[in-house]
Amino acid sequence: MTSPAAEPLIDAHAHFLHAACGRADWADVNAARLRAGARIGITCHVASVLGTYGFSSPTYLPSPADVVTGNDAMLALCKSEGDLVRMLVTVNPNFTKHALGEIDRCVARGAVGIKLLASRRADDPLLDPIAARAAKHRLPILHHVWQHRRREWPNQEISDGADLARLAQRHPTVTFILSHIGGGGDYQHTFAAIRDVKNVVADLSGSGIDRGMLDEAVGALSSQRLLWGSDLTMETGLAKLRALENTGLSSAEDIQDIRWRNAARVFGLTPPTAAKRRAENRPARSAGPRTRSR
Amino acid sequence: MIDVNALIGPYPFRFVPHPDPDLLEHVLDREGLSGAWVGHLPSAFYRDPNAGNAQLYTALAPHALKLRPVPTIRPDWPDWERSLRIAKDAGAPAVRAYPVQWQLGPSDARMSELAVACGEARLALVLTVRFEDLRQRHPLDVANDLQAAAVRALSRAGDRVRLIVTAAGREFIEEVHWGLTAEEQRRVLWDFSWVWGPPEDHLAKLFRTVGSERFVYGTHWPLRLTQNPRANLDLLPDDLRRKKLADPEQLFA
Repeated sequence: MTSPAAEPLIDAHAHFLHAACGRADWADVNAARLRAGARIGITCHVASVLGTYGFSSPTYLPSPADVVTGNDAMLALCKSEGDLVRMLVTVNPNFTKHALGEIDRCVARGAVGIKLLASRRADDPLLDPIAARAAKHRLPILHHVWQHRRREWPNQEISDGADLARLAQRHPTVTFILSHIGGGGDYQHTFAAIRDVKNVVADLSGSGIDRGMLDEAVGALSSQRLLWGSDLTMETGLAKLRALENTGLSSAEDIQDIRWRNAARVFGLTPPTAAKRRAENRPARSAGPRTRSR
Repeated sequence: MIDVNALIGPYPFRFVPHPDPDLLEHVLDREGLSGAWVGHLPSAFYRDPNAGNAQLYTALAPHALKLRPVPTIRPDWPDWERSLRIAKDAGAPAVRAYPVQWQLGPSDARMSELAVACGEARLALVLTVRFEDLRQRHPLDVANDLQAAAVRALSRAGDRVRLIVTAAGREFIEEVHWGLTAEEQRRVLWDFSWVWGPPEDHLAKLFRTVGSERFVYGTHWPLRLTQNPRANLDLLPDDLRRKKLADPEQLFA
């Protein structure tokens, strides 16, 4: 495995808890993320807070008040942790005016992207003003996705890769990050659904660690459309990182793309100094997702 | 360290790359594991697993130094006791059973008979809570996850019963463990191939409450990434990183 200190590592899909989420151990969970992140070698957690995580409104359908509470907690965390933690602003697109105002408010305070949950199906017209605002601010949208939606699930209006692909095709200048290919459902369906929609990239997070999943992800999307992430299970993130390096799926350069370069490009993050020097020695790339079939 | 939860052979519901003993040996070497207890994946779905067991014994014979067979025995199949004797003679350390796939309920007496017979033969009984996440299953894969009640019932079947339960999560483990007497708890070992690490730290919590000595190393290869259990151990809080796991070879000591 690459030494943690040798290269940057950006977790493109992280979450933090806060005092209003109804869990007495919220600070311990946050501390555990930072502890494990330090051991893995994470140099930046790109994170969001999902309202009150079900305490006063559903996790995937947060009320406007809970959205603000969560985003405020995320802003405070960014302030205390500096460059180690960057923020995605969470919004509920059912409340358009509130969502747009929240995006503007948090972007002004440093948010690097937008987080959409499962409050409204991804291809619904109500997401268009959100995507348009993302285009205006040049922000990516990380969209919670169920890999192959075969039915409705309670407490969420879940989307899958095909739903997100339709939204992405309507907004070709916006980069959409399809959440957690290991987060449940049939990732093989997802790869087929987004393969040809080049402004959709995917993050590797989620508890799913099926053998073959990474191979198929790289084969369908290329290493340049994959972002490393952990979500709720950091050990599976570390396992995937090691698998990428053990199995010879990707070149050393491809692995660096997955570890941090793709995320730095998508979120507009400045590479850390050591990595920046290496990046400067590499050929220039377009701002959008690259494709290179394997 | 031994991987108690490895399998060979294809899976009926999705493509699994190279589920072969040659590759398994290579993977064990890479992960620093000394050996594995190996089942035959398709046998879980055969009506009569005996043919699968024969394939397993044959496939593992050239790898006997590292890979030990764990055949599948179905206790609602005629003359299953003969299969158990064959397993013992073949040097199996354990047998596998899949009551959910065979539609045997959590209190089915035939499963208890198998558990007791295994214990008498000093063979562990390996149970599998799930092969795949419920959310991704093929429409024809209608078996539910194993119920905690089934494990509780089997652990109470006799004092020589020894169970290794694979692919359980934290809630399942706690539901079983705290529903057993101290003596019954000692009859059950768990692999942690499906237990979450940080930030929720389920594995750390289980090591503090249930005890690391109730856990064994299992990967769920070839269905899951072999790197995961090691990653989980590597991310434990400092005070737990040197905790010892159970030695499955000492199950009947």
